[in-house]
Parts: sequence; C-alpha cells; structure tokens
Amino acid sequence: MRHLLSIEQLSKTEIEAILDRAESFAEVGRRDIKKVPTLRGRTVVTLFYESSTRTSSSFELAAKRLSADLVSVKAAGSSVDKGESLKDTIATLSAYEPAAIVLRHPHAGAAELVARWADAAVVNAGDGKHEHPSQALLDVYTLRRRLGSLEGKRIWIVGDVLHSRVARSNLIAFKAMGAELTVCGPPALIPRGLEQLGCEVTHTLDHLGDAEVIYALRLQRERMQESFVPSIREYAAHFQIDSRRLGRRQLLMHPGPVNRGVELSGEVIDSPQSLIAEQVASGLVVRMAILYELLAAGDEPAPAHGNGAAPPTRIGQPA
Amino acid sequence: MSLTDLDMRAGAGADLILRRATVLDPVARIDAQHDVVIRDGEIAELAAPGDAVAEGHEEIDAEGLHAFPAFFDPHVHLRAPGQEHKEDIETGSRSAAAGGYCGVLAMANTEPPVSTPADIEALRTSARAAASVRIGFLATVTRAMQGEELTEMASLREAGAVGFSDDGLPIRSARVLRRALQYQRLCGGAIALHEEDPELSGAGVMHEGPVSALLGLEGIPSISESTMIARDAALAGYEGGRIHVQHLSAAESVEVVRAAKAVGVQVSCEASPHHLCLTDEEVRSLDPQRFKMNPPLRSESDRQALIDGLRDGTIECVATDHAPHAPEEKEVPFEAAAMGVTGLETAFAALHTELVIPGVLGLGLLVERMAGGAEPFGIERPSLAPGSEANIALCDLGAEWIVGEDGYESRSSNSWCAERPLTGRVLMTLAGGQVAYRLRSFSLGVAA
Repeated sequence: MRHLLSIEQLSKTEIEAILDRAESFAEVGRRDIKKVPTLRGRTVVTLFYESSTRTSSSFELAAKRLSADLVSVKAAGSSVDKGESLKDTIATLSAYEPAAIVLRHPHAGAAELVARWADAAVVNAGDGKHEHPSQALLDVYTLRRRLGSLEGKRIWIVGDVLHSRVARSNLIAFKAMGAELTVCGPPALIPRGLEQLGCEVTHTLDHLGDAEVIYALRLQRERMQESFVPSIREYAAHFQIDSRRLGRRQLLMHPGPVNRGVELSGEVIDSPQSLIAEQVASGLVVRMAILYELLAAGDEPAPAHGNGAAPPTRIGQPA
Repeated sequence: MSLTDLDMRAGAGADLILRRATVLDPVARIDAQHDVVIRDGEIAELAAPGDAVAEGHEEIDAEGLHAFPAFFDPHVHLRAPGQEHKEDIETGSRSAAAGGYCGVLAMANTEPPVSTPADIEALRTSARAAASVRIGFLATVTRAMQGEELTEMASLREAGAVGFSDDGLPIRSARVLRRALQYQRLCGGAIALHEEDPELSGAGVMHEGPVSALLGLEGIPSISESTMIARDAALAGYEGGRIHVQHLSAAESVEVVRAAKAVGVQVSCEASPHHLCLTDEEVRSLDPQRFKMNPPLRSESDRQALIDGLRDGTIECVATDHAPHAPEEKEVPFEAAAMGVTGLETAFAALHTELVIPGVLGLGLLVERMAGGAEPFGIERPSLAPGSEANIALCDLGAEWIVGEDGYESRSSNSWCAERPLTGRVLMTLAGGQVAYRLRSFSLGVAA
C-alpha cells in the first residue's frame, strides 16, 4: 500500500491486514511504555484544513507512539491563511522530506492530488464529503472486536448521509467485510442514486429492530436553514436513536462529535450498547497500523538495522 | 447576415487547388471527388479530378483527403477583454482555425462583460487586427450580467453585436427575459440562453446521480436545466421571440426543446462534443482539468438522448463552449476548480472518433451539424458551392494522433480530450478566403 486515499481502493484482505496490525498495537498499548521505535528518524506531517479533534489528535499520537518526528500544521494561522495554494503548501512541506503526509481537506480528491504532487505516502484524513478511510477502518476494527466477523451482519446507517464522508467510507467498508447495509434518513439527506452502491434505502425507523448495529450520523444544526429538514425537533422525533428505539442487543456507534438530543438521546450515548468510547480508543491503534502499513510494512523482509523502520518482531520492544 | 459581415484580419485571398479531394457538403448536395479550385479566396470551380489547370498557383495533393465546409462554432470564450492570460482573440481564433472552423461567436462574459456599443466596437477592431477566422461578438442581455436591467440592445446591434447572451449565468428573472424578447422585435438578434435554475443547481459541481453520491460531491440535477428551458420556451412562444438554447446536456432538455419546436416556438439549440462523448463516470477520476464544466457531464442515457437529438435535428449544431482556464485555476481539488474545458481543436476529430467511426452518426450529418451554428444566429452557413467564399476544412479521416502531444494553439491546455488518441485530423483550414491554418507536418506533404 503506497497511500491510503480511500476505502474504495482497498480489498478485504488489505483491510484485514491493517486490522490485524492494529490488534498487535493494542497489545503494546497495554504496556507501561507504549512507544515503539518503528518510525524513528522519519517525519510525519499532519496538515489539517478543517477543524478536528479525534482524527488529528489520534494521528499525532499514533505518529509519536511510533517514534516519528511530527510536524502538525493547521490551516488557520499558517500561510494557507495568506492564500497559499495547496500545491505550493505541499511543495513547502515536502522540503522536510516527510515519510507521510496526513491530510484533512474540505474538498473531495484533495488527498489524491497531493499524492500526485508529493513523494510522501499520503493518508486521507477526510476529503470533503467524499471519504474518511481511517474512520471506516477504526469502525470495522471496533465492530470486529465485538462481533468477531461482519459477515452477514445487518448494519443501519442513520441520519445525514448526504453531508457525511464517514457514511460513504463506512458503507463501502462494511459492505467489503460482508455486512448487509440499510441507509435511513430524511429523503433530502440521502444522495440520489445511493441505492446503486448496493444498500437498502429507507426513510423511517419502523424496521430498525432488524438491525444488529446502528451507526448514527451527526446532524448539523444549520441543515434546517437549507430546508433539508423542517426543524431539529421534527428530525429528532423521526430519526433520533433513543432508549425507546435502541434494543438491548443492538450495538450503537457514532463517529462523533455527538449532538446530544438531536441524533442521539443522552441516555443511549452512555448505555451499555454504545461503542462510542471504544471507537475513539480504536482510533489510535488503527492509525498506528495505517502509518505502519504505509511506512514500515514494505521493509519487513529486510534485516533490522539502525536507521528507519524495524521489522514487526520489534513492535513489542520499548523504544 | 453574411459570413463576410463577421470580422477577421484582412489578408490576401488564397489561390490554390485541392487536387482530387473528396468533397462533401450535404447542404449543397455535393459528394464527389473534385479538384477544388480556389481563386482570390473564392471557390471558383469544382472541376473533375485532375482537370484543373494550376496557372502557377499552389497545388495540394488531396487524394484520399476530405474537403468539408469549414465549421462554425456559435459558442466560444475568447476571454478578451480582461482574461488574456487564458486566451485572446489571436490565440482563440488560431485554435478555431486548427479545429477546422472558419467562424465563431464569442461570448460576452468577459471582464468587464461586453455590455456597451463601445465594447463591441473595440472587439471588432481587435478581430480585424488579429483574428485568423471570422468572429461574431455577442453582447450581454443585461447590464454587466446582473440580470436586472437590459443593455441598450438596439445600439449594440447597430454597433455590430450578432446577438445576445448572459452565458455563464442564467437569466433568473422571467420578467427580464420577457422584456428582452419583447425588445428583440425592435432590434433583432437571437438571444442565447445558458439554462440553469440557480436554486436547483446550488453549489453543485457535477451531475447529480450515483457517481455524485459515491464521491460526495454536490450534484446539479438534470431538471435544473430542463425546467428553465421549459420556462423560457414558454416565454419565447408567448412573445414570438427567437431563442437559442446553449449547451444542452440532459435528456429532459432534449424532450422540452422537441416539444417546444412541435408547437412552433422559434427555438434552436446546441450540444457540445464533451457531452456527446463522455459521461459522469469520467468524474470518478476527480480530474477537473478535463472533466469539470457547466453544464456537467451527465449519464449515458442523457448522452444517448443528445445523440438522438442531433440525429433528428432537434439539436441543430455542435458548439464547443471552448472555455480556456489557467493552470492555477485547474490544479486544485475538483470542487474548487474553475468550470470549463477547451474544445475547438478537437471537436471534429473527437466526434469523428467517438460517433462516426463506430457508426453511431453518419459523416455527412456530423459535417452538417459542425457548421449548423451559423443559421440560428441569422448567418448564412459556410458552403462549398462554387462562387462561395473559400471556407474549407481539409481533413485526413485516417490520421491518428494524441491530443496535446504537440501542444495547443490555444493559450490554455484544459482540453477535455488531453492525451486521448483520436482518429481524423484537420490538416488545413481556409477561413474567409485565407489559409488560416496548416498543420506543420502537413506542409511537407504538399505537391508541387
């Protein structure tokens, strides 16, 4: 794997390889010293053109746990504010010869462009409403730990699919792992033609009981101004996952940040069915695994020596 | 209006013979091998093959080559004034000549927009100084394309505006378009319309459908175009006005135009080579250089509907919507990139490759539609009938080439065809009686 630009590019086997790698990092995470020397001497740049808490912090921590040197750039307060183009910014950062660039950008395909311009491995940390592959991988990882396999599992994605890159990546990833997908939300928030991607589309929660996993999406409060929904109150009445709708045996997921009282009621967030906190914890190990697969996995057959990557046998060794 | 009323650089009329060319002009009912004798910029004679006497003039061995009436494009952006870093009259007209065109109509959405008689006069002066092909200039329908007040349409016509268009933007207000159609009775000049309901297009960047759903890009629904055409056809019918619908892209739009024509509305329309050859599947590559334009590439069924429309005459003409952009406006993510692609240099070759060779469209029909853009604007179409001004596209239908391999005549390189292999190439263009273009390598093959 040269870059991680989309889930669409990955086969089931490649997804599983990343998840297996993440499992081994989870084991490292339980040790007193949680750092490994794998990426010592190599540089990881995180470049975020949009605000982010979970994704940016977990990629940064993942890079540090792998002993990489980290440069994190936020568009606000950087030369991007002064009108520098993406191409020029990448050229500037490339001068540091980074091994990887982790990019969050408001436009679809930005990571793909950067992959064309830079020598570094590029990780798409969210491009517009297109894809968010690391989120999908951590969600599959979280579910796999809970369910063993996703094969034949019925997963419902509920909410504002139109504006959600998470929905798109997860739909593709869950399907690749053999799950059966239903997408549910107000008609104006479901993209036209989505069913052609191989999912059921419905506009009511009447049959939510069929789901084994419910994946709720964030509804931005501004959506009613554009008449996607008449009001937040009416949205919540029809689409909120609350304790009345969430079954005891169903699992609940959400990519965060949650709008409490909109897409989820307060009580389900903290319920035993909720995997939301686990998703965040998975984020770190999965992102370590992504950086490892991109930057170190290719080195595996080579004998271990001082600079750069180490073979997997050394993962467990403290730095 | 005669073609000669459009402006171009003055020059000596060509004197040459295209020896044994296959001459095809379906409208003039010419389809045979001839020696095409051109004297002082006029088609003097279509002689029997081998019969013409050279009289010391240049002869070109055109055996196996096709001579068509040169093409006419009713929709190009020459970017002058104000955006000469993308294109200007010289480079744009050279690009047209390289595509086999003898005439083009330049859109008025420049910086500032062409809204006053002085603007028209200045452009005509530039064309007389720098244009390789005949150029007609459109003026905006509304002042500065604001969509609110009409331009001085009668004075603009007197200054030489061929017609009117706010192209780039739709005319939002039905009232404003109605007033323009009423005024058209006084001043004439077709009104060319970019049809799109901004309320439905929103911030869309591609066709709304399964591909936009997958890519998470905001879609422009087909009905954004067709509902506006329906509105404007109704207005034109009511006022007895004459409208030309630009760059049809959707099946629904073809239906609406067909229905309007059936009830006698004076409406003509055009389709662009990229809409006739490509679909929204191309956008999966997220390459804005080649695949981002407005209207967007649509579905395969839309493309088929356009081809049917071209075939049955609902769509009179091919128009490139040649829209040059600078690299920095295209080397950005898809959503942020400028809309538009260039197309003058490749229109005929692309349609020949994609539609004629596979047998979808007859060669004669394509040739007819390639020059069909003049008549909707009241301009006589280029003809190969003896006595006509020499406007000829000489083509090698077997020539294979890769678009862009030798660069472009246009100042910009955002061609939707970039790097595509095409079959069929314009070797030489006569425009306004002058040799406007000659493929460099072709000049080596000239017979003495």
